[in-house]
Amino acid sequence: MFKKILVANRGEIALRVICACKELGIRTVAVYSEADRYSLHVRFADEAVCIGPPRSSESYLNVASIISAAEITGAEAIHPGYGFLAESAYFADVCEASNLTFIGPKPDVISLMGDKNRARARMAELGLPVLPGSEVIPSEEAALKEAERIGYPVMVKAAAGGGGRGMRIVQSPEEMPHFLQTAQNEAAASFGTPDVYLEKYITSPRHIEFQVLGDQHGRVVHLGERECTIQRRHQKLVEESPSTQIDKETRLRVGHQIVKALEEVGYTGAGTVELLMDENRNLCFLEMNTRIQVEHPVTEMVTGLDLVKQQILIAAGGHVPFDGETLGLRGHAIECRICAENPQTFAPSAGKVTVFHEPGGTGVRVDTAAYAESVIPPYYDSLIAKLIVHGKDRKEAISRMSRALEMFIIEGISTSVPVQRKIMADPDFQAGNFDTHFLRRFARDGENSS
Amino acid sequence: MKSPIVGTFYAAPAPNAPPFVKVGDTVQVGQVLCIIEAMKLMNELEAEVAGEVVRVYVENGQPVEYGQSLFAIEPSHKK
Repeated sequence: MFKKILVANRGEIALRVICACKELGIRTVAVYSEADRYSLHVRFADEAVCIGPPRSSESYLNVASIISAAEITGAEAIHPGYGFLAESAYFADVCEASNLTFIGPKPDVISLMGDKNRARARMAELGLPVLPGSEVIPSEEAALKEAERIGYPVMVKAAAGGGGRGMRIVQSPEEMPHFLQTAQNEAAASFGTPDVYLEKYITSPRHIEFQVLGDQHGRVVHLGERECTIQRRHQKLVEESPSTQIDKETRLRVGHQIVKALEEVGYTGAGTVELLMDENRNLCFLEMNTRIQVEHPVTEMVTGLDLVKQQILIAAGGHVPFDGETLGLRGHAIECRICAENPQTFAPSAGKVTVFHEPGGTGVRVDTAAYAESVIPPYYDSLIAKLIVHGKDRKEAISRMSRALEMFIIEGISTSVPVQRKIMADPDFQAGNFDTHFLRRFARDGENSS
Repeated sequence: MKSPIVGTFYAAPAPNAPPFVKVGDTVQVGQVLCIIEAMKLMNELEAEVAGEVVRVYVENGQPVEYGQSLFAIEPSHKK
């Protein structure tokens, strides 16, 4: 087992990894930018190294600084969290070359899944259903021709994409030139390559994802699904497990297909297979995230497992200690991502938190690095806390979430809490009747905005 | 002078060599003051101002982080 792990991240996920390490008896090294000097991950790690100025490109994305910090502190492994370098095959490669264990899949698997188009082709080959789509689009003429074949509406997507950037919905040939161009520009700006491809656009979809764990001995298991349909601008706001749309038979069948495909790929570590569900409840492979997800706690609540501990144990050579097929899901869990943002416009709201009161009580969990008097810097993600509840069924989970949101007091900055309170009170949400456009009823959320 | 990178501070060019500079030395702009080792690379740090070294904050072989103070230099008066 590792004696010391460096956590190459910030905020709640850095703290989450530090918690797992403390419970496993592993020492931790935090790295931080000058903007995060007074952050809780710095305070609770055994050691902390300042790795650069506030801008991520010079700190949390600075590979040389992070590797160097691991070397001067004698860390043996690096946990990348999510975001930043978590899905960088290059970073995983440099870790390996520097004799540091990267806590995640092998670099070649990260790069396969990072290329969304190649991943989709490989998964189709291994028996997973995929949405009709194209190769990388070389020209406007090719885009029009491919869109005709797939059938409108189509989605233009960045080949190296993620997080909702570099995506445009095209309803008709007339719209293609403009949206193709803007998607390519956004892809180039966000991911360094303008490559985009087309995919069939499902008008009223739901997002379902399966959590998996793979060990270094060839075994992959799945831990059931999460429903992440409640989104704005392709970013999730509420997640739950299990989904109201997946029955036991579907869970076993789809889970089995995913496990077989990923065993073939040689998947190791924690990962998430994202699927799109169409109006007829058909599931199609969308993409795979080769890291711990923001919403992993809902799976932890219904399985009783600690996924971050599992990541560390697997990286140290451990076996996945259970059989996914027989693992039962207990009760129902919901997570709300509490973001520092204006609840009407969703514009980020950085600043000083003056009051911070977390809800507690039975079945309530809060993962956060915020505290009263803490400052939410403008340089990073707007997620400031994750509120997770567990109940005996979905009804109890919703009422528990409602009261927990009411008892979550954050002052000094605006947050998404008011929107999430409205979601919990909505009869359609309570009935499980929603798609990815659900939030339009609370705010103007143009799909092709910006 | 603050460290621009994370790494290990070396006051001298080789283990048994005398240090690049010590307190009381006068340094010129561009003069090498120390080495910071990061990822097996030796990065020479040069003085950004001319003047007298009045303090050395770190020990030879000590790990340093980004922004950590290394030297205090009293600038010489401009003519």
